[in-house]
Amino acid sequence: MAATEKQPVTGAGPFNGILTWVDRRFPLIQLWREHLSEYYAPKNFNFWYYFGSLAIVVLAIQIVTGIFLVMHYKPDAAQAFASVEYIMRDVPGGWIIRYLHSTGASAFFIVVYLHMFRGLLYGSYRQPRELIWIFGMVIYLCLMAEAFFGYLLPWGQMSYWGAQVIVNLFDAVPLIGPDLALWIRGDYVVSDATLNRFFSFHVIAIPLVLLGLVAAHIMALHEVGSNNPDGIEIKKHKDPQTGHPRDGIPFHPYYTVKDTLGVAVFLIVFAVIMFFMPEFGGYFLEYNNFIPADPLKTPSHIAPVWYFTPYYSILRATTEDFMWVLAAAAIALAALIVLSVKSARGKIGTAAGTAVLLAGFSTLDPKVWGVVLMGVAVLIFFFLPWLDRSPVKSIRYRGNLYKSALAVFVIAFVVLGYFGTQPVTTAGTVVSQIFTLVYFAFFALMPWYSRMDKTRPEPDRVTG
Amino acid sequence: MTVTRKILCALLLLPLAAMSATGDLKLDRAPIDGRDLISLQRGAQVFVNYCLNCHSANYMRYNRLQDLGLTEGQIRDNLIFTGAKVGDPMKIAMDAEDAKEWFGAPPPDLTVIARSRSSPAGSGADWLYTYLRGFYRDPNRPSGWNNVVYPNVGMPHVLWQLQGEQVLAEAKQQAEGYMRTVLRPVLDKPGTLTAIEYDRLVADLVNYLDYMAEPAASERKRIGIYVLLFLGVFWLLAYLLKKEYWKDVH
Repeated sequence: MAATEKQPVTGAGPFNGILTWVDRRFPLIQLWREHLSEYYAPKNFNFWYYFGSLAIVVLAIQIVTGIFLVMHYKPDAAQAFASVEYIMRDVPGGWIIRYLHSTGASAFFIVVYLHMFRGLLYGSYRQPRELIWIFGMVIYLCLMAEAFFGYLLPWGQMSYWGAQVIVNLFDAVPLIGPDLALWIRGDYVVSDATLNRFFSFHVIAIPLVLLGLVAAHIMALHEVGSNNPDGIEIKKHKDPQTGHPRDGIPFHPYYTVKDTLGVAVFLIVFAVIMFFMPEFGGYFLEYNNFIPADPLKTPSHIAPVWYFTPYYSILRATTEDFMWVLAAAAIALAALIVLSVKSARGKIGTAAGTAVLLAGFSTLDPKVWGVVLMGVAVLIFFFLPWLDRSPVKSIRYRGNLYKSALAVFVIAFVVLGYFGTQPVTTAGTVVSQIFTLVYFAFFALMPWYSRMDKTRPEPDRVTG
Repeated sequence: MTVTRKILCALLLLPLAAMSATGDLKLDRAPIDGRDLISLQRGAQVFVNYCLNCHSANYMRYNRLQDLGLTEGQIRDNLIFTGAKVGDPMKIAMDAEDAKEWFGAPPPDLTVIARSRSSPAGSGADWLYTYLRGFYRDPNRPSGWNNVVYPNVGMPHVLWQLQGEQVLAEAKQQAEGYMRTVLRPVLDKPGTLTAIEYDRLVADLVNYLDYMAEPAASERKRIGIYVLLFLGVFWLLAYLLKKEYWKDVH
């Protein structure tokens, strides 16, 4: 019955008829309004707000170029490397498709890291946007999996040995480790079986999940509305006549045209890299990966691609000596928690948990803890909405304590990333260990410093 | 604030202290030009004559050499010594198992060797240019040859008749403010080419290897210019559109 009550579509010229026909059978106009023409976004978005739409652009680039690559790529250990060179040489326009995809992979991480950093700057993960943040973090995990599986496919030395190193990490899991690693590989070493399953994950399983999560991320965002650089809710001040936020503007046309401008600038940077420096100094395409995979020849220096290197540094920093530092840090943190929580149960629980952790430190191999720390370094982002106890959301109204902590965290992330690309040196390991502590301190101490911080009052309405 | 600043500065400087320079061998800059067709043609000639017996270039087709200004007929008559058709890839007859026995390891395929040899020390071309000029006599090696860039390499000096024989000799080198003695290859018995002619020949060969590693490279750069011009126009239109729409947002 509802279908007949809908108003006919107007304003689309010769398409009014067909759109009316569709709208009677599908919530076309409703979707258009809810997500574009009547989705009110804060009018004060700045530079940092481009990266959400850019992530969608890169996702589209990766999917379209990926479809064409699969038409020519052979997921076969004997043919994979050659088929990539075939794409680069004999497939018309193949090199453009391949470089779009390889540059797109790194661009995806650049865009997503900046998108996440925006969340840290303006407290976008805070209540009521916790679920948007969690969906986003799951997207990030999927992206890491997607990149990891995809990196094996060119079947070069770095593809092969990178996969070997990462899959071997599962070896460290107590009891089931070796069987688990075997189950993932499908063989005793990375082989054709591994390549085939990684191909399957890369082209269908993960992208499918990724697309669903992106939809969920955007739906959750449009449910609660976007945050903004002031970190205040624009829905608190609605125009009584229209019911729209006074500081909001319709996403379409305002942000569609603004994001188009962002896309133009992004594509210029993207084109400069892919047409004039596609290897990007060995960071986007590693030089060693132009050597076909050789299971009998381990490269002297195995480094993952740059976007994984901060975590790789944390893994390598976890040496036997470092376990003592970690134990001391765990005890210090436990003492801080015991002093802060009021309930006796909380105090006892913390003490017991710490005792179990220390027992684990002394019994299990440091390699296991390296893997655990690497995992925790990624997963800890999930807890940000609850670790942050500041009365304000945006960095604009936070005090020097949080500003310094965020600056130090960014330095730690970059420095860990740098040392992850380098061969192991004693000095490099010590620096990595220091910055590993800094990295975790940013999160672990946040409940305290974010509350102690001297904040300034938030404005009533958005500013510039 | 000053204390926080000091901590921030210390944190920034700390990693720099750990990034010490490594004492790797310095690579010579390869004097190559991908637009120099004469050099590329000569390089291709050297390649098929000296390299393409032990080393394959399995991903490179002979007829792709038309990029270098050659006709299919010229390629067929001058550059194919096997029964290969002009559309075939540059394969070799040597068996990998035999090669392993003779040289210790099968000689690598050279199609993308120039890309794989890049490093922070220099481009792949620089590495190849230094390597091919870095062979010296070493009686301790089975082949009688060793290399300063790739110590104990299995490959003998294939171009020795052209370059002549080098031996390692002590030389003074300015390094980080002090003089030190290093071992350098110096010419002992001259070959059929002068040192300058040999360097030129190696440069041409490396120029060709660099081209072969990515034959689309020159087209890539050419198309890139047009893409950027297009994107420049697109950016301008997007900018004007945004300005027009946003003039009533205050």
